[in-house]
Formats: sequence, structure tokens, C-alpha cells
Amino acid sequence: MVNLTVDGIKISVPEGSTILQAAKEVGVSIPTLCYHPDQAVKANCRVCVCEVEGNRLLQAACAMPVFEGMTVKTRTPKVLEARRTILELILANHPQDCLNCIRNGNCELQSLAEEFAIRDNPFENKVRGLPKDFSTPALFRDPDKCVLCRRCIEACSVIQSVNALGLEGRGVHSMVVPTLGKDLLESPCIMCGQCIHACPVGAIGENEQIDEFLAALADPNKIVVTQIAPAVRVAIAEEIGMTTGDMPMNVFVQGLRQIGFDYVLHTNFTADLTIMEEGNELLKRLKEGGTLPMFTSCSPGWINFCETFYPDLTNNLSTCKSPQQMFGSLVKTYWADKMGIDPANIYSVSIMPCVAKKFEAARPEMCSSGYRDVDLVLTTREIGRLFRMSGLDFNKLPGADFDPWMGKYTGAAVIFGASGGVMEAALRTVYEVVTGNTLEDVNFTVTRGITGIKEAEVDLNGTVVKVAIANGLANARKLMDQVRAGESPYHFIEIMACPGGCIGGGGQPITKANVKRVERIDAIYVEDEACEMRKSHINPEVTAIYEDFLHEPLGHKSHELLHTHYHNANKKFL
Amino acid sequence: MAEEMRIVLRNYGKIDPLKIEDYLAQGGYKALEKARSMGQAALIDDVKKSNLRGRGGAGFNCGMKWSFAASATADQKYVICNADEGEPGTYKDRLIMENDPQSLLEGMAICAYAIGANQGYIYCRGEYPQVIEILNQAIDQAKAQGLLGDFDIEVRSGAGAYVCGEETALIESIEGSRGEPRFKPPFPPVQGLWAKPTIVNNVETFANIPVIVDKGGAWYADIGNPAYPGTKVFTLTGDVNNRTFFEVPTDTTIRALVFKFGGGIRGGKKFKAVQIGGTSGAFIPESLLDTQVAFDAMSAIGATLGSGATFVLDETRDLVDVSTRIAKFFEHESCGKCAPCREGTARMHELMKKLNEGKGSSKDVALLEKLGRVMSYSCLCGLGQAAPAPVLTTIKHFPADYNAKLM
Amino acid sequence: MGYTDIIARYSDKPGGLIEAFHAVQKELSYLPEEVIVEAARIFNVPVAQAYGVASFYSMFSTKARGKNIIRICESAPCHVAGAAEVVAAIEAELGIKAGESTADGSFALELTECVGQCQATPVITINGKAYLDVNPAKIREILAEYK
Repeated sequence: MVNLTVDGIKISVPEGSTILQAAKEVGVSIPTLCYHPDQAVKANCRVCVCEVEGNRLLQAACAMPVFEGMTVKTRTPKVLEARRTILELILANHPQDCLNCIRNGNCELQSLAEEFAIRDNPFENKVRGLPKDFSTPALFRDPDKCVLCRRCIEACSVIQSVNALGLEGRGVHSMVVPTLGKDLLESPCIMCGQCIHACPVGAIGENEQIDEFLAALADPNKIVVTQIAPAVRVAIAEEIGMTTGDMPMNVFVQGLRQIGFDYVLHTNFTADLTIMEEGNELLKRLKEGGTLPMFTSCSPGWINFCETFYPDLTNNLSTCKSPQQMFGSLVKTYWADKMGIDPANIYSVSIMPCVAKKFEAARPEMCSSGYRDVDLVLTTREIGRLFRMSGLDFNKLPGADFDPWMGKYTGAAVIFGASGGVMEAALRTVYEVVTGNTLEDVNFTVTRGITGIKEAEVDLNGTVVKVAIANGLANARKLMDQVRAGESPYHFIEIMACPGGCIGGGGQPITKANVKRVERIDAIYVEDEACEMRKSHINPEVTAIYEDFLHEPLGHKSHELLHTHYHNANKKFL
Repeated sequence: MAEEMRIVLRNYGKIDPLKIEDYLAQGGYKALEKARSMGQAALIDDVKKSNLRGRGGAGFNCGMKWSFAASATADQKYVICNADEGEPGTYKDRLIMENDPQSLLEGMAICAYAIGANQGYIYCRGEYPQVIEILNQAIDQAKAQGLLGDFDIEVRSGAGAYVCGEETALIESIEGSRGEPRFKPPFPPVQGLWAKPTIVNNVETFANIPVIVDKGGAWYADIGNPAYPGTKVFTLTGDVNNRTFFEVPTDTTIRALVFKFGGGIRGGKKFKAVQIGGTSGAFIPESLLDTQVAFDAMSAIGATLGSGATFVLDETRDLVDVSTRIAKFFEHESCGKCAPCREGTARMHELMKKLNEGKGSSKDVALLEKLGRVMSYSCLCGLGQAAPAPVLTTIKHFPADYNAKLM
Repeated sequence: MGYTDIIARYSDKPGGLIEAFHAVQKELSYLPEEVIVEAARIFNVPVAQAYGVASFYSMFSTKARGKNIIRICESAPCHVAGAAEVVAAIEAELGIKAGESTADGSFALELTECVGQCQATPVITINGKAYLDVNPAKIREILAEYK
């Protein structure tokens, strides 16, 4: 332990602690901007500078390790003048359009400007006037807003191993740019949107489509139908000031009806269906000597990654469309028929924790219903804005039910939202289908949690199936390199592009710290536990769709509507 | 007092720099031999005793620095010579490398022995292609003679970035990255090049080493100003009669530099200001000219010794104009990593331009003072910390120049 | 020698990316996109990172420029010695502004900071070779060496 004094308060902290950590222990919160709790120390914004006795220079609290006998002062006139001047400098080249900014009210720089009472900035406001990048359907960049903290670069390189972002130039001309200074679409960007979470300001955001949604609502000919992805419910609560996981599903449904959806259905239904298709695909590959290991295909960021960096391994991908796209093709065929609605009038909106889903929905091949299978993708954050726009009080709103045919789901679908969930759901079904036994305990806890790479083994009537799970693409890369080298011991690999799985998706409420992801994962498993049905194959609506429409997993209709193919030149096809 | 004394330039003009035989004839590489016979601990002690302080600008005790790297356990250690001489008005390292490259190599080899390193790098600025050729030839000759033992030296070329004179930025550049300074600690002697213990010393520092080892630390400690003993090479530019270089003991005064060695002001004009240490140095008025050119003496008057560049200006010069030009330099050379330097250098230039064009007010001068003050203790590295010095010191010592241009 | 071979000469040097860029520039006078992509591959670093390096250093150019690179020092000692007049004289002689290249691709004119030849200011360099005590009257003669 190291003894030091922070603002006159004596304290002992573990060796290697920073001033920032030590100060927190005594209740002193030092302001930061480039600091990110789950990233390497950057020490570049200098907003956290403090006085250390005996040193003329101020020290960055985020980086400076404590030492025995250190005396730190965090709010002297010298410190406050420095912090305010630095903020003035950063704000002076920042667009002064907070009111129109996608991060209005949720911006680290805006908060600092408020906390430090920045009023009449003595430096003249000079914005560079750089062009915004709207090249991808998933996310945009607004380089004028960039404060050069470099957190997005670390998210893209260290966490995702995508390396689509880097620095260009030097000094006041330096910028964060996609590869070779081009636009995002030309870079290796896989549109996971983890950079959005890393960004303290509004320099990167989802391609917001609230206007399109409102226009669809206003069109009397359109029947607006929605699907909700598994990871959305636990996080939407955060958007409206509730605790993670605290939004009851039926109240959420009511809220969606209130903002104007004509029908509310659930992606969980097609998540259960995915298990039927993907589970059988795995069994078929195992039986017939198909390409193994088989990779899950639910995560569009991961699909982009595989197509971009491992085009030689796209045959390993399950041919199953993601639950979003399965839903899209069924809602304009099976469901339209059941409901007696002309599919031409259906406007299919999905609510996703993801920005890559916007890209996935725009893939040219995603029109097997004869129409665009999914017309619009809204993220959890966009739905949050629509809820706030509508003035709903979710504490008082009565519950409402899903509409029929594609609204029922099991706990197995719920856990799709967390890393390891698809694997666990698949194991619940595959085990029972192959062995004919009923699982005594459906919980495969070994697949759960935020660990980067997880692995498990299941005995299916004497055949040991080895599975692995990766979340975050730097972890996925390790498994992929193994496969490429022909050294993978696994039969089935689940990969989610985002750390923690979809609960940490690029469209979720801005999530600076991994602890928030863990809270959401916990909420997912609470919901699973509470489900009466927890295995995909016992979902009665799944049974019904096979009886009435699809006839059998991997059958002709499934092939037509629920399966897809991949590209080896990602994005060029857009 | 006030006579030239050549230690690092001892062989200047006496030898053919491309003939190692000439260097050997002057007693070259005897110090390395002696160092090896002393043992590492005694060697470092003697260098400590000499109180040789780094000639790159930071003035850290050289032997002390070496001892940190020597006591670090690692499978690999490195010795780096900082030859990224980028301070405007400075060419002293070039003089040493062009005229006596072996003394640098010998100094590096002594350091390598002291800390237990077998790989060295000379990071030479990209603007000196001819020097790089000389160094490579010198290394080949020393190797051919077997003088360096198992110590290997490679020359790396900079590519036009003043900030790479900062030791951690230099390390980043050798690693093939953008030359951006790292946060310290850890300091290079503990974790430097490729995270291994690394000594980075300036060319002039290394060139002192063979003589110190040869004549003993005590001998050296007795030269010049006791707190910063030895000699220092100065390069004189601007409005002096002798625009040339000198090596003098550190108890020489600034006045002697300008008027004795520099031969006074050109064209019979009067002295106005002198900037010492390069473009990040303070501008010093007539009243402070009796200060000794030693590290702490200079600090005491709010100046630095820096690289030893001495830029003299006569009475006709407009310090607002010169400081504006300097502010542009820092805007151009800021690496952009930390916010106060990236934004601050650009704002400083913007405000100075405004004043220089006669469009500024006393409010702008006050803002410059606040900005400069904050940068001087908030920036990540020495570049941003020193960048405001010319502006702050001209505002302080030459207010008339500013007042004359106020709106 | 193609740029791949030039870069490959440095592939066993740890951190040799900058050396490789220097070598390619000696041949091509700038770093085209394909060179940055190839160097990234050879040195096993992301292209985004190699581009970050290429665009950081002022001696590297990621845009095509003239073959003979004239650099004029405008640091303080050259500034007070009349660098601005030298800039104007070269601009007039070549018919281009600083930062531009001549239409025939023979010259690139760049402003630079100190080149370390301050004993005789102002200073210009052409392809690394220094010319000392330059004044507007000397410009035509100096440039003629490269025409």
C-alpha cells in the first residue's frame, strides 16, 4: 500500500494506483475527457491535471502513479485555470450546435463545459468545416466534432482488431480518419459501432432514421409492423431513466403501440426459429461431413468481419439468416397471409441493439419475400428518443400483449442478447433432439459471461461436440486464425461482434464501461429464468409455422426464405 | 575566464573525420579501453562524479541516468544517441558528427558497456543526409578495427519532426511509429525502446564522455559553473558580427557570448535581445546579460540553456514579428497528441498574427499570457511546455514592442 | 527496382517502416497509396497505422510532387535574414506558390523549419543539399543546376 494525501485527506491505496483512482477513494471525482475505464491510459486531453507537491508541472491524474508521501491537490486556482483554459481551447474549435447534436444531453464535453461554467470563450470559435461521412448506412462520422481523444481508434484496433480508424497529419491539422483518409465505406470498417460507445462526443453516431419512421407512420397506406431484438428490452430502460432491465416486456409493447406501431411482434420468435434451422444445420454438417467448425451468423458486424478478413472461411458460416432477416422475409409472406394483409402495404421496422443491422437490412439479397424484407432498422437509442418524444410515463402505462403468429418466444431466444446465448440456446435444443432426453437443467452456465473466449463440450449420445464462443472481434480473430491454420478443435463457434454480445451492441444506450454490459447480461438471464418455456423447439408458434408453412427445418421454403449466401468482397456490392 | 575551451570539439579541424587512424592517433578509444578496465560500477560513479548534465536541454545528471538503466534487469538494453538536432539556430551536433564522429561512437560504446547494452541507435535528423553517410562510414571503420566489440550501432534517419528531439517521441520514431511523446513514467532508462531499458543522450553529451573517462570525473567537475560543470557549444546567429560557433566553459556569461565571441552587434547597431537555447528559449534583455550560461543560472532568470543556440537581435528588430514567426514554428511542429499543445500552439500563432498585423488589443496580450502560463505546465511534453516561452518573455521584457502594435 | 523490392530491403529492420518510406521516396519523390498499403503488409502493421506514419512526418508526402524538392527554411534565424524575399524570388522564378509543384513535375517548393545550417542564413536545400547565404539574386543560378 502507498500512503498519500489528496486535498488534505490522508489515504492508503494499492501500489500502481493512479491519482485518479486514489482521489476517487476519498470522494474526489477528477474531471476527465480522454480517460476510458476499459482502455489504455491516453493522458492526451489534460483535463484531469492536478498539482503534485514539489513539481512545477501539473500531472495528469489518469496516468500519474501515486508514490509514498505524495501530496496531491486537485482544485487549486492553478489547476482550475488550467482545466478551464484547456476546455476553452477544445471548445473553441468545436461546433457550437449542441442543440442539434446526436449526443445532446449525453456528451462528456458538454457536461464538462457545464461543470466548469464555460461562458464567454475568449478564443474565437473556428470550426474546420470538414465534410461529414455518411458513406455507410449504419453510422456517420462528423470529424469537426472530434476531440482527438483516440478512444475510437483503440476500440476499433485493440478491441475489434479491425483497424479501420487511424490518425492523419500532425498538430492542429491531425485528424482521426478511416484508412488512407478515405470514407468509412472504403475502409475495413465492419460497422459494429463500438467506436460510437467509445466517443465522448458526437463525432460518430448511428445513421439516425427517425424521420423515415415518422414519415411511414404518417402514410395512411402503410401498415407499420415491428420486431424487437432480444437485447433491447434490458437496455431500453436506461434510455428513459429507469434501471437496467426494469422495463416489463408488456409495458414496452404498450409503449411501442403508443408511438404508433400497428402491430408489435418479436424477433425472439425468429431467434427460436434460428435455433431450429441452425441446430439442424449443425447436425447435418456433423452427420454428412460438412464444413466445420460451423460459425453462427446472427451478428451482422461479425458477418462483415468474416467477409472482409476471412473470405476464405465464409463456407464455415451457417447459411441461416440472422433472426432479423428471417423475421423480415416471414412477416411479408407467412404472417401477411395469416393476417390477410397485402404484403405490399407492410412497412417492416426492426428495433435493434445494433447499427450493423441497418447495413444488413440494406444488403441487396435481403428481399426474399419479393419486397425489401426489412424496411427500416431503428436502434435502441432511436426508440429511446421516440419514447421521450412521446412523453410516455412507463411507470403508469398499462401492459399490452404481442400480436399473434410471430410474437411468442422462449427463454432460449431471450438469451440471444448475451454472448454465449445462441450457443446455450442451440445446446438446449440440439441435446434434446439428438438424445431424446429432457434436460434436467437447461442452464449451460459455462457459456455465459463477458470472458473473451469461452469453450465447452457436450456429449450427444456418445459424440462429443466441442464448442467455443467469442465476443469482441479481437477474440474472434484468435479463433479464426486457428481455423484458417487447420488447428481448430471445435465443431461449432458462436461469434458476436460486440463485447458482451448484443447487449453491448453499437445501437445500445451509450455504454462507456464494461460494468454496464455485465448488468445487462445479468438482466437477460433473469428474464430467461422467468420464462415458462426455455427451449426453442417447444415454442408453439414455432411448431405452428413448421406445420402450416415451412414444413421442416432446412426444407425448401426455409432455404428460400431463411437462408442466405455470403460475399467475399464485403461492401463493394452495396 | 571567457576563453574558448574545446572538449567536445577537441579534434575539430585536427583530424580527417573519415579516417579512424587520425582519431586513434589523438588517443581515441583509449577511454573505452580504460572504461572497460574500471568495471561498470566504478565507471558510472566517475561519470556521476563529473556531474555531467545532459546537453540536450533537460540537464539531468548523466551518470545518474545511466545507473537507472544499469540496475534494471532485462534481456536487452539500448543506447540511443539523440542526433535529431532540430532547434532553429542550432548546428552543434552536426559539427561534432561531421568533424569527429568517432568521439560520439566511443562515448556511446562507453555507455553501452556501463549499462550492459549491445545495440545502439543514432537517430539523426533527416535534414542531415551527408552526416548519416559520415556516421555509417565511421561505424564501419570502428567495427572493422574491432573497437566496438559486441556493440552494434545503427543510424536511423528522422523524417522532419522537431518533436522527435523529445526522447520518447524519438523512441516511437525508431519503432517506426508517429513521433509522439509518451507519458512518463515509466522513463526510458526503465522502459524505453521496445519497452526495454534505454539510455537516450544527446550527441554533445556522448562526445564529452571519452574525455571525462580519460581525465577523470573530478577533473571535469572542476570546469566552469560547479552546478553545471564542463563546457557548452554555442552557435551564434542573427545580428552578431561573428555568426559562428564556440565551445566555452559554463561560467561564461551571456554578455561574453554576444560581445566577446560574437564580436558584438553588426552594423554598429545596439543590442536589443538574445534568445538562448533555440527557438523555445526565452528572450533575454540587456539587463540580464551577466548571467552565466549554466543550467540553473539560466533557470533562475526564467530562461533555459537548451541546445545552446544563441540568436541575437539588434535594436531595429520587432520582437512581435519574430515571436509571431516562432509561434508559427510551434503550430507546425506540435505533434497534436495533447490538447493544450495542439490547440494552444495554433491559438498562440493566431493571436500573435493578429497583434503583428496591428489588429490586436491588450486583451489579446492578456489572453496570450494566460494561455502561455497554462501550456507551460499542462502540456504532455517539453515541446508544449516550452513553446510559450518566447511569447511570454517578449511580453515581459519588451512590452514596448507589443504596445506599439496595439489597436 | 519496384517499390515492393525497395520496401522489402528493410523488412528485417525492427521499426524500419520510416527507413523504407525514405528509400521509396528517393525513387518516387512521394509515397503513393499503394506503397503505404504494401509497406503495411510487409511490416505487418495496419494500413491505417502506416498511413498515420506517412502523414505525420513533414519530409514525407502522400501526394504526388515535383522531382526536385526545394525546401526553404523559414525559422527565426532565416526569417530575420530575409527568407521571405527568397521565397518570393523562387516563387517568381518557378511560377508556383510554396506548397505546389511545377507543371512539368521538375520542382516541388516547400516551406520548412530549420535545416541546421544556421551559420549562413538564409538557407535552402534542394534534394537535401544545402545552399547557404542565399539571396534572390542567386536563385536563377542555383535552380539552373537542376533544369
